[in-house]
Amino acid sequence: MGLIIDIIISGLISGSVFALLAIGFSIIFGVARILNLAHTAFYMLAAYCIYIVTQKMGLNPLWGMLAAIVLVTLLGMISYKILLNPIREHEGAVLIATIALAMIFQEVMSLIFTATFLSVPALIKGYFTILGVKVFFQQLLTFCSALLVMAGLWVFLMRTKTGLAIRSTAQDREVANLMGIDEARVAMVTMGLSVGLASFTGAIVVPLAVLEPHMWGTPLVMMMAVVVLGGLGSLKGSFIGAYILGFAQALVVFLAPMGAFLKGSVALSIMILVLIIRPEGLFGVSFEEER
Amino acid sequence: MGLILFYLKKLFTVLKNEVLVLPSRVAVVLFFLFLLLLPVFTKDTYLLRIFTLTSIFAILAASWDLLSGFTGQMNFGHALFFGVGAYGAAMLNLHVHIPPWASIPLGALCAVLAGLIIGIPCLRLRGTYLALTTLAFPLILLGLVFSFTDFTGGEMGISGIVRLTRSRVTDYYTVVVVMLGLCTIMWKITDSNIGIIFHAIREDELAVRAAGINTTRYKLLAFSLSGFFAGISGGLYAHFMRIAGPSTLDLSLSFSVVIYAFFGGIVTIYGPVGAVFILFPMLEFLRVVQDYRTLLFACVVLLILIYMPDGLFRWLRDKIEKECPRCKIRNIATRNTCRICTAPLD
Repeated sequence: MGLIIDIIISGLISGSVFALLAIGFSIIFGVARILNLAHTAFYMLAAYCIYIVTQKMGLNPLWGMLAAIVLVTLLGMISYKILLNPIREHEGAVLIATIALAMIFQEVMSLIFTATFLSVPALIKGYFTILGVKVFFQQLLTFCSALLVMAGLWVFLMRTKTGLAIRSTAQDREVANLMGIDEARVAMVTMGLSVGLASFTGAIVVPLAVLEPHMWGTPLVMMMAVVVLGGLGSLKGSFIGAYILGFAQALVVFLAPMGAFLKGSVALSIMILVLIIRPEGLFGVSFEEER
Repeated sequence: MGLILFYLKKLFTVLKNEVLVLPSRVAVVLFFLFLLLLPVFTKDTYLLRIFTLTSIFAILAASWDLLSGFTGQMNFGHALFFGVGAYGAAMLNLHVHIPPWASIPLGALCAVLAGLIIGIPCLRLRGTYLALTTLAFPLILLGLVFSFTDFTGGEMGISGIVRLTRSRVTDYYTVVVVMLGLCTIMWKITDSNIGIIFHAIREDELAVRAAGINTTRYKLLAFSLSGFFAGISGGLYAHFMRIAGPSTLDLSLSFSVVIYAFFGGIVTIYGPVGAVFILFPMLEFLRVVQDYRTLLFACVVLLILIYMPDGLFRWLRDKIEKECPRCKIRNIATRNTCRICTAPLD
């Protein structure tokens, strides 16, 4: 019984993290056709930002979260403006530029903090027990705030004018432009939103994770698997795909021998199996071939 | 005697009329000569080792270009072919005692098999879906390598493989000659009818299918050819380093192949090869400033791509050569009229 609770908790937490990351990655791809491989590097930066504010400056973690989100979002928008926007027509160049950007962030962080493992204390300490399993308040907090932000994002995209502009640009850039939507501005706002989501994820995950400069690699792969599984550009797909892979990982880790090594393989195999049956992902729309 | 004289004369004419007229061709000839004559001037094992490894990765980058550049099938998991080639050659050598000259091609055939296995499900996917799916395959294999440690050696990899040849210099010559040969073959493939179909698949797959060409077959052919060449480089790596470890399947290897290719300019074959010969030795020599090595590497890549988004070598080639507007033949940039049809160049 305890095992089941463990699996549920671990699945829900990693599912929410993947969902937040995947949605951010997905919207910037939809709007600007940028495959932002530095997405999880921003998540790593936010986590370090919180470490600096709470551990080095000794301030309240809430300030840390705020600082992390604002600073990293600014950094994301600046790097979009300076580095990615000028070469946006060249898809390959953009791709490599984002990899290079992620490497730069990783190296700068390992120069400042060295490659040692760091950790940040929980925002709310303490735990309660269900059926003999410890559930930390921090885990509950991470899960709930992830759900809240996703709900907020849903309202923003579906109910506001900017959200409408983002969705229509994602659907058809040229027609959106003809309807008077400032495409460059929408791309900028979307980049901010996307990096903001990544930094928020970093902020709520950092007390549960180990902090190190290479921590962006594994979530990057899982995030991309989620995006492909759910269907590119589909928020619902990313959400459901994230929980599928989150639970798959949790099941493998707790039930299979050598689970910690196999969890990635199993999740990725699920993605491939789904793609063989449905090449456009679970909720993706099969586009007419772009010519 | 007369025959030899005839061929010498012919060689001289070709050199004068075909090679010396274009700076890019001169550069290629100089590159061949440099690689083949390097051990004559230096016996420094460190230098030879760097250039051997560079050549191995040059094959890998060129094979990526053959698949992803030419047919447009973005493969983010090219390390799969390299890793399968390396592990295949290592296991054949260690367990079946097959010498390197046979184990490397057999390992490459394993990589072809891997290419077909991933190629068949991936044929239905395109663009970003394909890129992100191919990324998954080497990582799945990596998970298996770590879980079945008694078969694969896990973290430590498979060691105790026979050396490629007896000395560093012969190692160097083997790898460099194989590299130059394979890259020439790849360039010839892309220049042939098959290469034209590959180009066309990238530009407009629907139109190619409408022209009655079985694109599925050609895409699978691209996967297997690329897998074969990448497998050879994997096998060479395993025998040269005498170890086949999990690093050959790593995400960073897949990414660096893509970096090399885009840095040099895709759809060229010479671009990725040249990029490896710039970036890989640069990364090695940056060991002087160990801590800043990757940072500087990333900055160089980023800067070059912002100013030359089509790749370094394409940019260079466009600077030193221009195309005749009438007969589409390339001319050195200093000429005012085309060297073939004497049309004025702009």
